[in-house]
Amino acid sequence: MTYLAKPRLHHPSLATNQVGYTRRDYEGKISTLCAGCGHDSISAAIVQACWELDIEPHRVAKLSGIGCSSKTPDYFLGASHGFNSVHGRMPSVLTGANLANRGLLYLGVSGDGDSASIGLGQFAHALRRGVNMVYIVENNGVYGLTKGQFSATADRGSKSKKGAINRDAPVDLVGLALQLGASYVARSFSGDKAQLVPLIKGAIGHAGAAFLDVISPCVTFNNHAGSTKSYDYVREHNDAVSRIDFISQKREITTDYAPGEVVDVAQHDGTVLRLRKLHEGYDPTDRAAAMNHVHLHQARGEVLTGLLYVDAETGDLHEALNTTATPLNALGRAELCPGAAELARLNDALR
Amino acid sequence: MKRIESVNDFVVKFANVNGSGSASANELFAKAILRMGVPVSPRNIFPSNIQGLPTWYEVRVSEEGHLGRRGGVDLMVAMNPQTWDADVAEVEPGGYLFYDSTRPLPPEKFRDDLTVIGMPLTAICNATYEDARQRQLFKNILYVGALSMLLGIDPQVIEALFSEQYRGKERLLESNVRALNAGREFARDHLDPVGLQVRRSDRVGNRIFVDGNSAAALGCVYGGATVAAWYPITPSSSLAEAFQKYCGKLRVEPDTGMHRFAIVQAEDEIAAIGMVVGAGWNGARAFTATSGPGVSLMTEFIGLAYFAEIPVTIIDVQRGGPSTGMPTRTQQADLLCCAYASHGDTKHVLLFPEDPHECFEHAAAALDLADRLQTPVFLMTDLDIGMNQRLCQPFAWDDARDYDRGKVMSAEQLEAGRDFGRYKDVDGDGIPWRTLPGTHPTRGSFFTRGTTRDPYARYSERGADYVYNVQRLLRKFETAAALVPQPVLRPSARGTRLGVIYFGSTAPAMDEALAALAQAGIHLDAMRLRAFPFAGGVAEFIAAHEVVFVVEQNRDAQMRTLLVNELDVSPAQLEPVLHYDGTPITARFITQAITEHVHAEASAPRRRTRQMAREPSA
Repeated sequence: MTYLAKPRLHHPSLATNQVGYTRRDYEGKISTLCAGCGHDSISAAIVQACWELDIEPHRVAKLSGIGCSSKTPDYFLGASHGFNSVHGRMPSVLTGANLANRGLLYLGVSGDGDSASIGLGQFAHALRRGVNMVYIVENNGVYGLTKGQFSATADRGSKSKKGAINRDAPVDLVGLALQLGASYVARSFSGDKAQLVPLIKGAIGHAGAAFLDVISPCVTFNNHAGSTKSYDYVREHNDAVSRIDFISQKREITTDYAPGEVVDVAQHDGTVLRLRKLHEGYDPTDRAAAMNHVHLHQARGEVLTGLLYVDAETGDLHEALNTTATPLNALGRAELCPGAAELARLNDALR
Repeated sequence: MKRIESVNDFVVKFANVNGSGSASANELFAKAILRMGVPVSPRNIFPSNIQGLPTWYEVRVSEEGHLGRRGGVDLMVAMNPQTWDADVAEVEPGGYLFYDSTRPLPPEKFRDDLTVIGMPLTAICNATYEDARQRQLFKNILYVGALSMLLGIDPQVIEALFSEQYRGKERLLESNVRALNAGREFARDHLDPVGLQVRRSDRVGNRIFVDGNSAAALGCVYGGATVAAWYPITPSSSLAEAFQKYCGKLRVEPDTGMHRFAIVQAEDEIAAIGMVVGAGWNGARAFTATSGPGVSLMTEFIGLAYFAEIPVTIIDVQRGGPSTGMPTRTQQADLLCCAYASHGDTKHVLLFPEDPHECFEHAAAALDLADRLQTPVFLMTDLDIGMNQRLCQPFAWDDARDYDRGKVMSAEQLEAGRDFGRYKDVDGDGIPWRTLPGTHPTRGSFFTRGTTRDPYARYSERGADYVYNVQRLLRKFETAAALVPQPVLRPSARGTRLGVIYFGSTAPAMDEALAALAQAGIHLDAMRLRAFPFAGGVAEFIAAHEVVFVVEQNRDAQMRTLLVNELDVSPAQLEPVLHYDGTPITARFITQAITEHVHAEASAPRRRTRQMAREPSA
């Protein structure tokens, strides 16, 4: 995992956002991934989403596991603390970090090898606990760092670069996330920035477990005929349920979609997800219907994208634990230690 | 037959069927003696199942204050037909056998050298109670009542204990007192006096009676732990549950009712340690409690925390291993797997509390040490301390004591332009400075990773950077040796060429063994280790003695290995004394092992003997 430092020089005419940062301030080191890797497009989308949302870069904690995707947090938000943990076990580290300080934005980046195999358990439990996070899987169906083995999200019957046919059923992370109780579930394509950026923005605004499965073709090992995670396949089979516009609480809500096709979902923090429905009758607030829809399209070999499900009324793990509003890492002895007098009472009760 | 006659110095063992409700009655018995001012140390010996299998509760009564297991039983309360033969065999000659005489047993089921005390418990209960559960439960109270009469335990003491237990539940209180008195009356009218007696004393003093898991949990509360992540495993589960209980009482914001703590029962041990790593990275004091198999699962994360330098506290309540070994029995067999947990070159700080008092002290110290050293710190207790109530010094806390948060660079320090290199050894102690996420808009951020990095946390595959890192980690470990609890030295009353090293839950049996050995003319200088890395004086202690016994509760002499591996000492000087059948080591075992060695050496001084495997003591 070599890296190249980016020059910190900014062009003076670069636009700043409302917290005074230019887009360059959201970048990280120069990527060492293969040219054309879908993951770099996702990094760019994260940069754009954070800049547009006026998030201070240092208020983000970016965590990942091991693998190509897990390298990417080095390539965005250079002023943030990053954590490249162990393979597949990013969710638990993120959960602990979130428990320690509820005041930061937690961005978990993972891959299909990371989350659908070794980390499937942690993926599941972080979602069912409702950890307030944005959990992005950069899904290319292949192990890139170890040169081209199938991952657990590879479709049955798809072909590896060496010509092997995958015999195993795929793990559908979106289907799992819906079943496990994630309160924001979306799928996108790294090559569709217009869809991906608002989905990331919506996930950031969401006050609970937000999961994004982003199909992100591996140009080196999984971008050939026979792969169902290649650029060509996804472009041909992408079927979006909606087009999303994310409206922050600072922006005036204006309608630019035709009435009757638009659904506004107001979130806890005052942000609004405006959905232009592309599928007749699709209700993104109906978990069971969403699951059914996803499975139906999967059976047809289609990649259903867009905001598949959202529960704007959800809570998070801190709410379930009734944790104090002050970040736990900011509590000192005065707030934490019951003191000698209380200890004397406890001693008395033990005699 | 000469009957055992003793006042305030005997061992009673209750043999019960798990799930029969005997636990609270047996504990009541022990506590009543304690309330009469006589030191008591009870031990649960229980199976790894829900109910139906044998379970024992052994109560050592010792006016002298010996709190280890002595070995042998003076009075057996034999309530389990399944284990009858073994239970009867365990009683010392001249001892007593109390049993339910409702169904007569053939004469060969008894021993001639025992005094048999029969009481038709089942018959009495069947005649008194209609409900099947009550018949079972009150059988236990009946025998406690009968024993209290035989041994001279003040019934008012027991009634006071009942009152505390059943406060606000008058019906239960009344029915328990009635059963107690029925037992007493039966003993008074039908049973002969016994030679074992309890007399009021004043030897308990100010001490408290508590189990190590509760004590360690309270230590975590006092030490400022705010995040606990755990996965249930015997014998550590009650620690996490006690932390929850104490936090519920002591850590709730008075005005909002919100919690100043977060406890997560994780999906497995890997997730539990992962959460602790994440919380430690982000500046919260965090711990997990587990046992050997849990440590096995956690090792990858422990290696990451060591190399990435993240504060982590792990409480390992050891049990019999390897694998599932003896999950409900005690050992000190996780030393090596914890000291060197994970692959590559790793070394971890271990603390060895001797009793609940030190469980409290060391738990709070572990949280300080983890923050100070930015590394995993293991608190090595075991089932014997963790799950048994032990008489110990009261917990103490100095209100002037502040938490040692270690080297965390603030926004102000960063703003002042102080050079920040996450992995730079600026102070020469091997401990770098860290920053917490979110501290400063432009300074102090870094990337945490398990791969090698340069002093500024930038990814590196340069050999020189790697060597700098691992050498600094060694320097940090040397720094730790001065920060951890130092060993306790107990010099012999007279000069001796013999020494003994011991640690943890072995302490009370060792105290008693030292006294017994001295009485027999074998004098030893004793050193109780309280931490790894070893303090400076340990090597000197070994060098100053011709033979140093290393007493521990595992098969492979793991502490001895650690001493040989880490110190410049001659292995030939270290004589292992090993007890590992899953029961807590006894004073009798230690005394016998050391005596045999000394005698063997006296008769054949050139031939060194190795006591690698001994049969467990009775």
